Amino acid sequence: MIRVVLPAHLRTLARVNGEVTVEVTGKATTRAVLDALEAAYPALRGTIRDQVTFERRAFVRFFACEEDLSQEPPDEPLPEPVAAGTEPFMIVGAMAGG
Amino acid sequence: MSGVRVLVGTRKGAFILTADGKRDKWDVSGPHFGGWELYHLKGSPVDPNRIYASQSSSWFGQIIQRSSDGGKTWETVGNKFAYEGAVGNHLWYDGTQRPFEFARVWHLEPSLSDPDTVYAGIQDAALYRTTDGGQTWRELPALRTHPSAGAWQPGAGGMCLHTIVLDPQTPGRIFIAISAAGVFRSDDDGQSWRPINRGLRSEQIPDPTAEVGHCVHRIAMHPSRPNVLFMQKHWDVMRSDDAGESWKDVGEGLPTDFGFPIDVHAHEPNTIYVVPIKSDSEHYVPEGKLRVYRSRTGGHEWEPLTKGLPQSHCYVNVLRDAMAVDGLDPCGVYFGTSGGQVYGSANAGDSWSAIVRDLPPVVSVEAQTLP
Repeated sequence: MIRVVLPAHLRTLARVNGEVTVEVTGKATTRAVLDALEAAYPALRGTIRDQVTFERRAFVRFFACEEDLSQEPPDEPLPEPVAAGTEPFMIVGAMAGG
Repeated sequence: MSGVRVLVGTRKGAFILTADGKRDKWDVSGPHFGGWELYHLKGSPVDPNRIYASQSSSWFGQIIQRSSDGGKTWETVGNKFAYEGAVGNHLWYDGTQRPFEFARVWHLEPSLSDPDTVYAGIQDAALYRTTDGGQTWRELPALRTHPSAGAWQPGAGGMCLHTIVLDPQTPGRIFIAISAAGVFRSDDDGQSWRPINRGLRSEQIPDPTAEVGHCVHRIAMHPSRPNVLFMQKHWDVMRSDDAGESWKDVGEGLPTDFGFPIDVHAHEPNTIYVVPIKSDSEHYVPEGKLRVYRSRTGGHEWEPLTKGLPQSHCYVNVLRDAMAVDGLDPCGVYFGTSGGQVYGSANAGDSWSAIVRDLPPVVSVEAQTLP
């Protein structure tokens, strides 16, 4: 079980409150988490990463364990505390727009 | 008693204004999708409770919302707008070629006969269609792959396909407009297109009478007379009497012929409305006066409509999709401003009042006439 924190607008879109959890089979990676998240909440498709290229949207960031994982390759293993469900994988709307 | 529902898209959400046929007391609901840009909302002409909305943000991209109960509840539907085949290039500001890239949906035009069929105009300019109520969208690629596409270039708001007009009398005929390319017509439901810009003159491009490159801001048609089109171009108010084959200038007499919206009275095909804007470098109304101009002669002769509108210290803009008419008698006319006001007239523009006046900047206004 992986804990995911969504930004407020995406919580509204997914119609959830607080953290969500997703199950990932196999290695816990950013790609696997996003695949599971989008499967559970189809309204989030295209809002975090492009639906065609799968590139992260420019103003979205991925944080975990006080690290910025945004630039990591999507198939890189996530930190062990995230994979173990003790720390959340945070999807963050970047500070932009004044 | 019949009524009216006005769908308002703003920079920070959608608002729905409803009134009975007298149109003197309004209920305001919203914001729906608060904090998101709502470029356009429009209802199906055959099922007014079916409404589609384009919701977007710089952070989280494009969402399409659908309501089946007149805007009380909404569901997200498909938001995948992939170009078909090779993406191709268009002209960029610096003269280079740049690949088409999806940015947002500017305009949603529901079919005249099927509530599940909707056309979508996007930035960078392309036309899409859904036939399953928005679940999936397919591009009609013949437009974007037109041989002239390499000469299309962005206007100040981006290279957007912002106007879609469906001909109610000639099956398969569609008019679209792109900033800055011009107007195109299809006679085979989007399978092929040709530019129809003869008579347009734009001093801002190297060849002022070029086949494409014109910054058309909006076109409008009365359904009883689909061969007659009205256009607000960047500068110039134009009219065509031959389904776009040729255009002539009908804007003389206006204080300025720059502007964005243009619309046609619901029952008088020769009565049209524009909102003159001072210039393309100022983007507010001239002389601090908010004036709608009405022509009852299809152009050439114009009268200012000012009763109930601010006539001093007013510096708002009215965007291209931010004016609409209802189908009641007398015809209702509505428009929204960059200052967040939505004005309505229940007497074809003779007098106006603000239905709401402190919304976020208004991007689009559509009116639905309810049974």
